[in-house]
Amino acid sequence: MRLRSPLGRVLGLGAAGHGVHDWWRQRVTSIALVPLGVWLLVALSSLAAFDHATVVAWIASGWTPVLLALFIVVAAQHSQLGLRVIIEDYVHHAALKTGMLLLVNFAHVLFAAAALYAVLRLAIGAQP
Amino acid sequence: MRERPLSPHLSIYRFRYTLTSSIANRLTGGVASVAFLAFAIWLAAAAGDTPFFERLHAAFSHPAGRVLLALVIVAFIYHTLAGVRHLVWDTGRALERAQAQASAWLLFAITVVVSAGVLYAVFFRAAGAS
Repeated sequence: MRLRSPLGRVLGLGAAGHGVHDWWRQRVTSIALVPLGVWLLVALSSLAAFDHATVVAWIASGWTPVLLALFIVVAAQHSQLGLRVIIEDYVHHAALKTGMLLLVNFAHVLFAAAALYAVLRLAIGAQP
Repeated sequence: MRERPLSPHLSIYRFRYTLTSSIANRLTGGVASVAFLAFAIWLAAAAGDTPFFERLHAAFSHPAGRVLLALVIVAFIYHTLAGVRHLVWDTGRALERAQAQASAWLLFAITVVVSAGVLYAVFFRAAGAS
C-alpha cells in the first residue's frame, strides 16, 4: 500500500517540502570544489613564502581574487551543509541542536562575508 | 512522541576498512570546515590587521603549527578525493563490494602520494620553508 498521494510522488518533495534540495546543493558544491580546491592547493603550495607582502601580492594578482571569491562562496555552503549533517546525526537534544545549527549557519555567513571583503579590499586596493 | 523505529546500531557491524574510509571522510570534512573558517580569518587578517597576520605567520612557522597545517592539508586532500569517489557512487557506478574495497585502497594510496607532493612543496622547497 502506498501512503503518498500521486501528486506528492510526482512532485517528489517529501514530507518537509524541501525534498532533496540540500542533498543536491551538497553535490553541486562538491563538484565545483574539485577544481577550486585543486587550484587553491596548487596556488598556495607554489607560493614562495607566507609572509604578509607575498600573500597580499598573491591575493591581488591575476585571477586569484575571482577564484578565491568563488572558493569562499562555494566552500562556505559546502562546509555549512556538511557540519549541519554531522550535528543532525550526533546532537539529539532539540534545543542544543537548533542552537548549534544556527551558530554554524551564522558563523559561515559571517566568516565568508569577512573573507570576501578582505579579498575585494586587497584586489581593488592593489595597483593594476 | 511515539517511539520511532531505530536503524541498527553501529556496534553490530563487523569492522571493514571501507568503514574507515567512510568515517574518515566525515572526520576530514569536519577538519576542513574548521580549516575553512581559519582560512577566512587568515584572509581577513591579511587585508586588515598586519600585526595579527604576522602572529599567525609565526604560529604556523612553529613546529607545532607546521604539524597542524600538515594534518589539515592531508585532511583536505583526503576529503577532496573521497568526495570524488562519492560523486562516482552517485552515478550508480562502482558500488559492488569488491569495487568499493578496491577504491578504498586507491583512495588511501592517492592520498598518500598527493599529500607527499603537496607537503614537500609547502614545507621543504628551498624558498618555501617559511
